[in-house]
Amino acid sequence: SSREHKLNFKKSKEVCLSYIQDAMLQKQWKRAAEFLTFYVESLEKDYSREYMGPSEIIWRIGTEILCHHSQSSMKEFNSFMEQMKTLGVKRYLKVCLEHTFRLLCNGLIDEAYQNLSLAESWRYGEQTAIQDKEMKLIQAYRGLLDYYSWSKQKNILLENSQDGFEDLSVEQEMHSCFRKAAVNLKEIIKIPGVWDQFVKCYVDLLEFYGDHNEARQVLNEYAYNSKFPANPNAHVYLYQFLKRHGESKKSLISALKILHDIAPSHELMIDFNTMLQKSKKRKKRRLGLEVIFAALDYAGWKENVKAWSCLARQVKQIVISEKHLDWIKVEWNSRKDWWPAFHFSRYLAKRNWQENESLSYEKALVAGILLGK
Amino acid sequence: RDFNERCAQCSEVNWGLTDGGGFYCRSCHNVTERAREVVNTDFISNTRIQTISKGQRKQEKTDGGCEWYVCEGFQLVLKKQAEALEALGVCPQMKDEILCNFWRRYLQKSKQAYCKRPAGETVKALSVCDSSTDVDSEPETPSLLHFLSLSESEGDLQTDGSFVSSTSKVSESTSVCSGSVDGSLYLMKNQKEKLRMTMPMTLSFCYMALLWLREPMTLSDLLRFVVEGHIPYLNVFQHFPEQMKLCGLDLKIFCVESWPTYEEVYTKMLELAAFLDLPRFPDITDSCFLHPNMLCMKYLMEANLPDELHNWTCRVVKKISIGEADFLTLVPGNKSTRKVKYDVLAAAVIVVVLKLLFLLDDHYEWLLSDFAKERNKNNKEDGPYFEFKKWYKVIKCSLDVEQKKMDEERAKYLWRCEKPLFYSANKKAKVLKRRQMVVSLQNQFGKLSGSVRPAEKPNPSSFQLSWSEENADGSCFHGHSLKGILQERCGVLTAVNPDYWLCTIKLCKEKLCGHPAHYKEVDFPQSYQFVLRLFSFLLRIYPSYIHDEVCLIEHKLFNKKLCKKPKFNPGLRK
Repeated sequence: SSREHKLNFKKSKEVCLSYIQDAMLQKQWKRAAEFLTFYVESLEKDYSREYMGPSEIIWRIGTEILCHHSQSSMKEFNSFMEQMKTLGVKRYLKVCLEHTFRLLCNGLIDEAYQNLSLAESWRYGEQTAIQDKEMKLIQAYRGLLDYYSWSKQKNILLENSQDGFEDLSVEQEMHSCFRKAAVNLKEIIKIPGVWDQFVKCYVDLLEFYGDHNEARQVLNEYAYNSKFPANPNAHVYLYQFLKRHGESKKSLISALKILHDIAPSHELMIDFNTMLQKSKKRKKRRLGLEVIFAALDYAGWKENVKAWSCLARQVKQIVISEKHLDWIKVEWNSRKDWWPAFHFSRYLAKRNWQENESLSYEKALVAGILLGK
Repeated sequence: RDFNERCAQCSEVNWGLTDGGGFYCRSCHNVTERAREVVNTDFISNTRIQTISKGQRKQEKTDGGCEWYVCEGFQLVLKKQAEALEALGVCPQMKDEILCNFWRRYLQKSKQAYCKRPAGETVKALSVCDSSTDVDSEPETPSLLHFLSLSESEGDLQTDGSFVSSTSKVSESTSVCSGSVDGSLYLMKNQKEKLRMTMPMTLSFCYMALLWLREPMTLSDLLRFVVEGHIPYLNVFQHFPEQMKLCGLDLKIFCVESWPTYEEVYTKMLELAAFLDLPRFPDITDSCFLHPNMLCMKYLMEANLPDELHNWTCRVVKKISIGEADFLTLVPGNKSTRKVKYDVLAAAVIVVVLKLLFLLDDHYEWLLSDFAKERNKNNKEDGPYFEFKKWYKVIKCSLDVEQKKMDEERAKYLWRCEKPLFYSANKKAKVLKRRQMVVSLQNQFGKLSGSVRPAEKPNPSSFQLSWSEENADGSCFHGHSLKGILQERCGVLTAVNPDYWLCTIKLCKEKLCGHPAHYKEVDFPQSYQFVLRLFSFLLRIYPSYIHDEVCLIEHKLFNKKLCKKPKFNPGLRK
């Protein structure tokens, strides 16, 4: 091994950093803090041209150490974060956001809210425009916290009304939270992305105030707008909404179709299959079979009695009616090589019998039919 | 110089300076009461060198600074380093005479001490050495007053007025500022004729002075003391006086961010010695610390090897004539003689001796070790026989520990200091703010580190590893005997080992690639690598440097064999 006898500032700090990283990986927080003390002077040579310069490194590492170190307090953490905010104006909002997250993780909701409000009012020349994304996020999270407040107020109100109290101030507070939340939540979900929590909260608000149309539109957008990334949850939310409002089976089925495509192992597949089986349309029943077979392809479903009973029912029905046996043939074709070992092995049979008789029963039925062919 | 009054006695205008700082008339030696208007001894209080400003040095500057020249800065650095060396035990002569005179000579040779300059440069460096004594005996070295008078006659002399205007000209033409007057010019100069002063060169100066005095400090020792902080190098500028403001290009000159390497300092030292036209250095005789016999003794002790090995190192030294004063003594400018790196040479001799006695081919040494172990079991009366295996274990353990410590120390090295550095005044606020934050973060995380950083530097010591015979665990090998591996033949002790392997059959031409050999670890036995690693740690140099020296020694040692036949099986025969 050749020892680096020529040592310069840059190399020395690289080596120091590697010691910090080693210590952190081994959760030796005291040691990491010790080496960080020697690393921080690289701030004086920070030219901010690198992808990740010393100021960002110090921010991230310092955060980790302060969060895990046994002797560090929230107060220290806050003071550290404030310093980090002044370090790099290009990162200001990001640091604010991360600070907020940490506060939330520690249950300090009010502080988090204050932090977000402060950040929202930040202006810094052209940086404000450049950090537009972060600003939107900050507003979105503040909206979320507004929702949280609204929710609290709502619960108080409900309790009070049960007890027969009427509290105008609470009601007003609640409405004001609603307005604040709604504005921000609506904004953020316009941007293509994954906003599950935000969407849920927004829809909740809309439903409470009876704006079902808006809610439906929001959910449709979220699920079907191609600009948004494929998101199983979007379809789940839509389905749940439609179900809540007693929509027709037809719309429910269409809501779940894409879910089946992107997440064939989703738990709602059982509901889906159930609805499809009962359908009068042949195509739908065919799809139903496909759906249930696809679901059982996944290991997580191996012991699912309901799934097996669905499959059993449908398969039995087809066999008895002697119509569309080719459906089964097609489905079984691609599976006959591996399903026997996957589901119908001797070992599994024994175990199923010991543990879960109904499962055993359903599986046996299916196996009989499929393997019999 | 601006003293233009007529002498009271002889009415001449021909003034010189007394040691006390007064003016005296050169014609009639009348001493006046008028002293120089500005004496800047507070800047450079080296006893021999004083700076006189030609005109009134501008004290008024917005930030309380004044004008200073780059070489004044370096002078301060050298002074601090010399003081530190004195504190380490070097004789005071080094600072007061040797180093100082080398520096003066450098100033003369590099024309920073008198005023003849090409047309483009209008600023004059005005350091003038006052001393009239010289270390070397060259009679034709004129005193600098003579230089001044020369330039006077050539009409280069500047009056107060034009001096002021010339500096403002400079500041207009250069767009980058520097606290020093000639900082930007300094960096722009054509470097071909003169050796531009750099921070690493200050160490070259120190080493040169040490070598001249034949002080018991090798270059590797010196560099180690620098890294350990006993000799100022990094951040020396924080000791500059308040009025000497550093900014802009000065930072490039004085603020280093790397440790100089052995090679760098050594090569520059040779260049410097040649540049200064120094004569042959004082002879290195066998009573000098730097003589291979002495250094081998030291390194043998430090490496915890038996004292008996010293006989062998002396034998090798004698056989290849590297103990001669002519070989060891530095003759500057003489390109034909090989320049000697005393510490590397001594280490390499030890490596060669180890190879002679133990072969170090990853087999034989262990064989010998087992053999010695057997004999040690039965042998109770004589001193213990040296067992290579035992030594290896002890040394490896210590080496690993020390290396780990050193690596951690390096990771913890702090490069910055309290004195703020900024390129220009408008950056000052930002720099100060950053510094504040750094200090605050250091405090915050320092509290969380759980340990208090020791404020004291470790005491400087010549030995990095020490072994004591009082240790009951038998981990000191100094007194161990080599009997097990030696035999008598024709009345002379020779090695039991009949073989030897050369590190390289052919030496590279140094002029082509800079090195006589190219060390690749994988090509060599583990034991050899280990031994190189040990000395490379002690000397803080790359193992390849020692390897180079080993190759050269081997080629000298087996010269006859190499010339005779291509394949050979040498032993050490006397």
